[in-house]
Amino acid sequence: MACLLEAPLRISVLSEVTATSRHYVDRLFDPDPQKVLQGVIDMKNAVIGNNKQKANLIVLGAVPRLLYLLQQSSSSLELRTECSVVLGSLAMGTENNIKSLVDCHIIPALLQGLLCPDLIFIEACLRCLRTVFISPVTPVQLLYTDPTVIPHLMSLLSRSQRTQEYITQIFSHCCKTPEHQTVLFNHGAIQNIAPLLISPSYKVRMQALKCFSVLAYENTQVSMTLVNVLVDGELLSQVFVRMMQRDQPIEMQLTAAKCLTYMCRAGAIKTDDSCIVLKTLPCLVRMCSKEHLLEERVEGAETLAYLMEPDVELQRIASTTDHLVAMLADYFKYPSSVSAITDIKRLDHDLKHAHELRQAAFKLYASLGSNDEDIRKKITETENMMDRIVSGLSESSIKVRLAAVRCLHSLSRSVQQLRTSFHDHAVWKPLMKLLQNAPDEVLVMASSTLCNLLLEFSPSKEPILESGVIELLCSLTQSDSPALRVNGIWALMNMAFQADQKVKVEIVRCLGTEQLFRLLSDPDTNVLMKTLGLLRNLLSTRPHIDQIMSSHGKQIMQAVTLILEAEHSIEVKEQTLCILANIGDGNTAKDLIMTNDDMLQKIKYYMGHSNVKLQLAATFCISNLIWNEEDGSQERQDKLREMGFVDILHKLTQAPDSSLSDRAKTAMQQYLA
Amino acid sequence: MTYSFYLTTGNRRLTNHWKELLFNRKPAAPEHRHRATDGHRPTLTTSGTRGPTMAELAAGSLPLGDPAFNYQDEELTERLKRLYPAVNEEETPLPRSWSPKDKYSYIGLSQNNLRVHYKGHGKNHKDAASVRATHPIPAACGIYYFEVKIVSKGRDGYMGIGLSAQGVNMNRLPGWDKHSYGYHGDDGHSFCSSGTGQPYGPTFTTGDVIGCCVNLINNTCFYTKNGISLGVAFTDLPPNLYPTVGLQTPGEIVDANFGQQPFVFDIDDYMSEWRAKIHGMIARFPIGERLGEWQAVLQNMVSSYLVHHGYCATATAFARATETLIQEDQTSIKNRQRIQKLVLAGRVGEAIEATQQLYPNLLEHNPNLLFMLKCRQFVEMVNGTDSEVRCLTIRSPKSQDSYPGSPSLSPRHGASNTHLQPGGESPTCSNGVTPPINYSESNSSDSTKPHSANSTQETSDSEMEIEAEHYTNGVVEGSSARIMNGTYKHEEILQPDDNSIGNGVTADEGCINGKQLCGGNQAATERMIQFGRELQGLNEQLCREYGKNATHKKMLQDAFSLLAYSDPWNCPVGQQLEPTQRETLCSALNSAILESQNLPKQPPLMLALGQATDPGPG
Repeated sequence: MACLLEAPLRISVLSEVTATSRHYVDRLFDPDPQKVLQGVIDMKNAVIGNNKQKANLIVLGAVPRLLYLLQQSSSSLELRTECSVVLGSLAMGTENNIKSLVDCHIIPALLQGLLCPDLIFIEACLRCLRTVFISPVTPVQLLYTDPTVIPHLMSLLSRSQRTQEYITQIFSHCCKTPEHQTVLFNHGAIQNIAPLLISPSYKVRMQALKCFSVLAYENTQVSMTLVNVLVDGELLSQVFVRMMQRDQPIEMQLTAAKCLTYMCRAGAIKTDDSCIVLKTLPCLVRMCSKEHLLEERVEGAETLAYLMEPDVELQRIASTTDHLVAMLADYFKYPSSVSAITDIKRLDHDLKHAHELRQAAFKLYASLGSNDEDIRKKITETENMMDRIVSGLSESSIKVRLAAVRCLHSLSRSVQQLRTSFHDHAVWKPLMKLLQNAPDEVLVMASSTLCNLLLEFSPSKEPILESGVIELLCSLTQSDSPALRVNGIWALMNMAFQADQKVKVEIVRCLGTEQLFRLLSDPDTNVLMKTLGLLRNLLSTRPHIDQIMSSHGKQIMQAVTLILEAEHSIEVKEQTLCILANIGDGNTAKDLIMTNDDMLQKIKYYMGHSNVKLQLAATFCISNLIWNEEDGSQERQDKLREMGFVDILHKLTQAPDSSLSDRAKTAMQQYLA
Repeated sequence: MTYSFYLTTGNRRLTNHWKELLFNRKPAAPEHRHRATDGHRPTLTTSGTRGPTMAELAAGSLPLGDPAFNYQDEELTERLKRLYPAVNEEETPLPRSWSPKDKYSYIGLSQNNLRVHYKGHGKNHKDAASVRATHPIPAACGIYYFEVKIVSKGRDGYMGIGLSAQGVNMNRLPGWDKHSYGYHGDDGHSFCSSGTGQPYGPTFTTGDVIGCCVNLINNTCFYTKNGISLGVAFTDLPPNLYPTVGLQTPGEIVDANFGQQPFVFDIDDYMSEWRAKIHGMIARFPIGERLGEWQAVLQNMVSSYLVHHGYCATATAFARATETLIQEDQTSIKNRQRIQKLVLAGRVGEAIEATQQLYPNLLEHNPNLLFMLKCRQFVEMVNGTDSEVRCLTIRSPKSQDSYPGSPSLSPRHGASNTHLQPGGESPTCSNGVTPPINYSESNSSDSTKPHSANSTQETSDSEMEIEAEHYTNGVVEGSSARIMNGTYKHEEILQPDDNSIGNGVTADEGCINGKQLCGGNQAATERMIQFGRELQGLNEQLCREYGKNATHKKMLQDAFSLLAYSDPWNCPVGQQLEPTQRETLCSALNSAILESQNLPKQPPLMLALGQATDPGPG
């Protein structure tokens, strides 16, 4: 006991207040149980709504004593109940209070208390547990450490409306990972909680609904089960639709819409189902309107963005619903100029939500514009949209930056926008800035956007090139993340397309042949494909081909051989054969193939391959080698005739595929001329 | 012979995949829908228990005694009762079909007056034709809804769905004229009493179901397409509008659903939201300390109404008599009054100046409003009414016949009340509220009357005061019923003319004044051109600061288009020159000033009146 009191004595802020607080604690140690009970009740009355008093009592060590009394089977039920009430009251205070309580192992003690048969006591324990678990500082894992806890909580669901409310609230706050979802699912969460959706108590209905929203999130198993659940003879999805009715409280509408959204995204409900098109989507659009709370608008927009992300039809519908595109522009007007002057409280509130609002709006715009050109146009024409994106790219909040670059990426899929608004607003500048030292998730989006900005028809290509982007992209190709490697090499590929010799040389120099060949053996097929694409773009127009092949011919031929010999998809091999065809188009580079009999045999093999695409590419290569008007064509023709290519070409002129037979005929004409 | 590889064939990057999907899917869907619903509709007639009207009997569309019909009709009556429980159909019948009487000759009706088809030549917009429903929407509906299914888009699909007041020209599509509102299928634009539309929603065509919902609680209207709400299209709607459709090219056919069948859009849900909203508002209404101070509340309502419209002297008198205080000080009221008067007189430049002087920062914070004002100023320059050009024209000295187009200066004449009545639908709300003296004032907005008696009115503001009060009352209420009466008159004049709106009025004025661009003065014209450039500059500046604004662009285009015609008063955009066009701007400016003073932009009395007109359930 002495040690309990010692710590607080060292605290200099001790005052008379602590003296009275200490009196409360002292009474917990009274030998007379009746007096202890009275002491606890007095303490209860003293702490209600008094954060300072709560902190004092915690500092003075009331918690371990209360927990001790709560756990003692010798304590009267009344005393144990009052103890948990006081603890619950302490938990209602600051986050520090919660931390202290959790440190004193309040959770196992309260969970233990649930085994008592007395309902009043159970309810008190649950109420306290609820308060502790809904705090962000409590580690949710504590609910799952003892495997008997979840089944026991499920069994308590039938006891009273209060147990239902508290338990479902605990579940909805403690279900954060797929594992948690599975644990709850396996213990019958769905069957146990579904009937609560029609409880007479609004609180119970609401908490049960929240439970389903966290259970169904990105969980196919749960979602698939949910669609078949009947509540009082009605399908669950219909129950959710009813909860979305416009006269229901906003919180309920929004949560029900989330449930249906998650079920839809998990594939349990089709995107053209009327409960999605005519109910969920319009409900979420409504949530974005100005008349709702900022939090609701953020959640509404984010959920809507998620709902329609993969479905262009939903995107189209949303884009015409209730002027959504224009409505979202309002998300950028916080804190409003009015709030600054008139109301400090409101300003504070606005400021707190300003970032959230902006990122939610960017996300929703990104989702809206991901497929449809008309919608993208509508978005870019929204007041100040491009300026907002540009300033969003350099905001301090990473969430906003990420959302802004997502939005930009979505809009960058439009040829028209690339040519116009993107160039007018010089979006490449902040984008390039963003690419320096950004976290990976931002980098992936930003580099992917950069790929589109480097397309040959994009007017931003030139200034980006001049800003020294090549080095940056080359460094991306060395990243551990496959997505970044793909984007890096993809951007380089786009850059090399129909580029000047200078640019091509710079790419090769900067990337280094070593890295280039490392990428050709990348485990990610996407990376390999884009690297081959880069090679192909580098090896175009005759002087470029000869120049590159004269310096790197040996390695390139080696790499080509390796790929053709290894197990690769048709697409990879086709791409490689196209590179060979380009090499065959060079003046001097031709010899690298002509002098390589092994390679010629490979080409021959692919001319007789069962896949038309490969035949076509191989024939292309041969056709380039025997082309008439070039020096030494006669010798090449002769050599290839000897090797039996003419027979194959002849056969191919009869090929059922017309492009292949045409190609073969063109090649044959070279011999005839 | 290099064969270059074209990039970005990968996932989701600039792919045409979705476009293909679109092309593959789009034509299929309407066809499907078309087939699904093109079956024969049950034959229905228009009248339920209330018995046939003369029109229906004349049309011979009442298969009396048909049991199937009786069943269908009962169903309709049931549904209407459920949707609009507060409506007493004995007094205010609900629309149940299109009116065979109230339509243009190019419109044909069938299927018990529910199906509308076009039977004109459809050469150009002069061949447009509309039909109204049998009855206006009763205010007691609270929220009213009807749907129109596009059976066939015909040749060009120039279909308009909307609302119009009685007497609006039927040789037009809904939305083109005053007190007419429409959503058009060919471009998806909304037309709010104007020949030019605003971008509003998607286009619509064969197979689509378009719904139109009138919210009589806040006087707005929104449309739905295939059950999806498209958002508010119109605000500040006048009362007593009729459901209206208009068609313009051969082959266009649409079917109406006034409740004969379940609606595609969930209107019950929307109604339930408003019911909950209003219940909540009543439940949360704070009474507390003001309990028992109803007298004061009522006085305050009257006083705030007077102040809102700037009836300064009346407000003062009222305050004196009731021993209450006015929330706004006298000078402020007078200032607003003065500014409004300037706008209505077409002297927008002076109005802007006065506003900037009296309410610094107001226009800076409302760049949209400023832009609207400047646009208007330009139009008034063309009109020759704005002081910047007027002072350059020798022909119109300030004190004499100076504002030919302005309704404000037309004389009061006792007889005008008689003009009112032929309009028929004298709106219910105007009678109880407006002092009789204002009545005659409001009707003076009929600008065809000679302007001879006006010269003294303009001499000084103080002298004007009493006059101005009356006139403001009449005109500021742009959307209110009284003005409407004035407009009915316009329509009557217009109709025989069979030309676009505005012609009738301006032609008359032309006779009187020999209208010329900027009053026919060279210097004035130059000033106008210069001002136009400044305006263009302002637009560009706003674009830079706030982004592109389609409304602004449109406004500017329309204004500048005036110069393209030799006779701006007789051109397709000539409507802008009408003095009545000043009204909305005037009330917008007044509202903005009031809001800047933390006063309500709509007087509470009008709100209460709107609520009172809707009896609500029971």
